[in-house]
Amino acid sequence: MAKDIDRRIIQDLLDNKVDFVTSVPCKQLAGVIEVVDQTDGILHVPCNKEDEGMGLCAGAFMGGMRPLIMMQNTALGVTLNSLATLIQFYQIPLPMLISYRGEVGEPVACQVEMALHTKAFLNQMLIPTYHLHHASQIEELPGILKHTQMCCKPVAILTDASFWGSAK
Amino acid sequence: MIRYELLELLKPVITDELVVCNIGSPSQELHEIDDQPSNFYMLGTMGLASSIGLGLAMATDKKVIAIDGDGSVLTNMGTLATIGNNARNNFILLIVDNGSYGSTGDQPTYAGARTSLAKVAEACGCDTVVECSAAETPDAVKAALAADTMTIIVSKCDSGNKKCPVITMNPIVIRQRFMDEVAR
Repeated sequence: MAKDIDRRIIQDLLDNKVDFVTSVPCKQLAGVIEVVDQTDGILHVPCNKEDEGMGLCAGAFMGGMRPLIMMQNTALGVTLNSLATLIQFYQIPLPMLISYRGEVGEPVACQVEMALHTKAFLNQMLIPTYHLHHASQIEELPGILKHTQMCCKPVAILTDASFWGSAK
Repeated sequence: MIRYELLELLKPVITDELVVCNIGSPSQELHEIDDQPSNFYMLGTMGLASSIGLGLAMATDKKVIAIDGDGSVLTNMGTLATIGNNARNNFILLIVDNGSYGSTGDQPTYAGARTSLAKVAEACGCDTVVECSAAETPDAVKAALAADTMTIIVSKCDSGNKKCPVITMNPIVIRQRFMDEVAR
């Protein structure tokens, strides 16, 4: 069931001309995926794996669209090469709305393992990273989207359990 | 017939269509045979030619041909399900199926053994799938372009590569001249 925060995120995407979204689901992203799927003006193409999704985004960008990928932080484990040799090498602006599993409030112990690597990977890859820990921080999203287009880089927006838990 | 010879045959067939070409030998061979701004050369990222091509076809009305390989498709098999469920009639996926990982020394792929990528594509929901010999491929591409229907072509080639220079063009140049061509 979508919340106000999910609708606000999608409105921010529309306001910033994001018109192509690919996603691999995460339960924290369920609401925002539900809304994007029903939104005119954004083409939502679910993908099977996040590196595949980055290929779709690269193609959509070169065709003139403005893409975004929704995924879980565990996906960093399968996208490092695509980030380096496609998104970064060809300078493709790609905001990544990431469900940051494994933080406080996480019920699944295994998720903590990739959480421990998440910021280290992003730091090592020189990917601008914004960690949203409370729902009020969503006001930073429009600026982050503009920043992504300006610098033509992949940009990580980490949204943890506290962020989603504090959201209405 | 090896891939290089097939690409030579395709030179007069593929004119102003947008081409997304697979990493390694395929891009190097295409670059040597028929370099043009409407070619997007992948310099890295094995497996994503079909995904880039589909994403592009969703964003433009122009014809898009992704030239992929059997090994590359095997590494990103989910792409066929995405393509089968998001058909775009301006999209052609040409899988050069030479049963080998050409760029790494022609090690055999499963597509050269028991696995049929044509049947996988059909099972994934792709309505128009053509498996043909390399010699028949130019006509298959011509027919696909004329039909205005999303087509998956599995072109059965011999294993082997022609030694061509590595592409040294700056990636941003490749990307930007391609985008200029898309927007033209």
